[in-house]
Amino acid sequence: MSNMTSSEQQTPSSDWGPAGDEYWAALDAGRLTFQRCDTCGKPWLPPRSECPHCWSAEWRWEAAKGTATVVSWVIYHTAFDKRFKDRLPYNVAVVELDEGPRMVTNLVDLPEGEQDLIGRRVELVIQSDLGRALPRFRLSGTAP
Amino acid sequence: MRGRAVIAGIGHTAFGKLPGRSTISLNMEACRKAVADAGIDKDSVDALFVKVPTSRVEMMYGQKLAEAMGMTPRVGGVWDQGGASNISMISFAAMAIEAGQCDIALVTLADNPRTGTRQAYEKPWGDDAIFGWSSVVAGYAMIARRYLHDTGLSPDVFADIAIACRKHGANNPHAQLKLPLTRDMYADAAWVVEPLRRDDCCLVSDGAAAVVVMSAERAKALNVPAPVPILGFGQGHSSCDVPLRADLTETMAGVSARTAFKMAGLGPEHIDVAQIYDCFTITVAMTLEAYGFCRKGELASISADGGLEVGGRLPLNTSGGLLSETGMPGLQLVLEGVRQMRGTSVNQVKNAKTCIVSNQGGIMHTHSTLILGQ
Repeated sequence: MSNMTSSEQQTPSSDWGPAGDEYWAALDAGRLTFQRCDTCGKPWLPPRSECPHCWSAEWRWEAAKGTATVVSWVIYHTAFDKRFKDRLPYNVAVVELDEGPRMVTNLVDLPEGEQDLIGRRVELVIQSDLGRALPRFRLSGTAP
Repeated sequence: MRGRAVIAGIGHTAFGKLPGRSTISLNMEACRKAVADAGIDKDSVDALFVKVPTSRVEMMYGQKLAEAMGMTPRVGGVWDQGGASNISMISFAAMAIEAGQCDIALVTLADNPRTGTRQAYEKPWGDDAIFGWSSVVAGYAMIARRYLHDTGLSPDVFADIAIACRKHGANNPHAQLKLPLTRDMYADAAWVVEPLRRDDCCLVSDGAAAVVVMSAERAKALNVPAPVPILGFGQGHSSCDVPLRADLTETMAGVSARTAFKMAGLGPEHIDVAQIYDCFTITVAMTLEAYGFCRKGELASISADGGLEVGGRLPLNTSGGLLSETGMPGLQLVLEGVRQMRGTSVNQVKNAKTCIVSNQGGIMHTHSTLILGQ
């Protein structure tokens, strides 16, 4: 996490264990990564110390292609987290990477008035924001 | 075990803003009233099942409460499944009694997020907080958006649920929000987290509720005035976070209900009145579908034209639910189920012989089901 600032609000929690540090370090280096089990071969995010499928502690990092599909999304009209007050309204989305893992993200560069985004194809754009290299996504194709 | 355990007594505090009251004090008031309602001596209670106060988590809370109540329970402690804890604890109490581990159990819940802290409900979520991902309502909104997409319904489909709960709550002297809701008011209200509007979201409330559980045999021996038989119960826990669920619109609620129906020897067609956990309207829609009251996306088949109101197809949340009576996480729904079976609800459903109650917690992480009879 080379570009972390000292601000507490930008410090990630350690909910997912130390494996999360490498995830963010890879993003700093321009790569979105996920974990794949050496034992059962299944992939996952968010980072964790054991495979959630077979409980193996043997796994490796793999780089994602950066293409994904929108699973769902919401628009915040209330800043429950006051740090985002100036960004209202803003969206948060769940996308599924083509390799399988799901992740929480923001959709960026959305055309005005876009409503039905579920199922749309999106592509990774790593943006420098909030003292971090953040994996976000933009629409990459036409509606299915 | 069908009918072998009963809810012998119920009690609750006022709902809403209760400044200066600790959760210990609120729990004790609810327990005092529940024991009085059962007509038993407090010293006969030998088990204490406590839901962890969600807004402020502390170690050994169940033992702190037991100390405050002067109890040395044979079975006692805190259970944490969020809102599903209540019915789960009632089922554990019934099983413990059946197994001879205890005789008379108090199941109790208190929380004070309204005048205390509600930090637990609004906290950012781990690493994903950096995307602005925070708050319980957003988790439900994420599910609701997918639900509306998959079913092709408009967000207005949720209005029937909110209108029914608010209509029932308006009659309830204990309700925190007694303002009936119109379709226009619903549609005109601001988005909180789109696609959920203000009136899709439950209240934030201080308060407590408690029930006394014992065997039907003991209730008879003690001359308990109005015992209500427990016909069935079940649980099911999706557990993983919303974004990781293979299908955002599927939970373990159906498994929970089928377990309860099987134990009761009943099906959805036998249910006269329902108290369905309505932290958000989407929860009610998905629970009614999972329970088999309607098919997915066909809520309107039961909710249209006042179908969820007293006199309708499936009277819902007859004390107002979390949307109107109190946002407290769930035990109050069991209390209303008990009142319906006793025939003492302010919105009594005529000839109601069975009531189903759902509890759930987190963002549909946990689920439990209770079926009450007469």
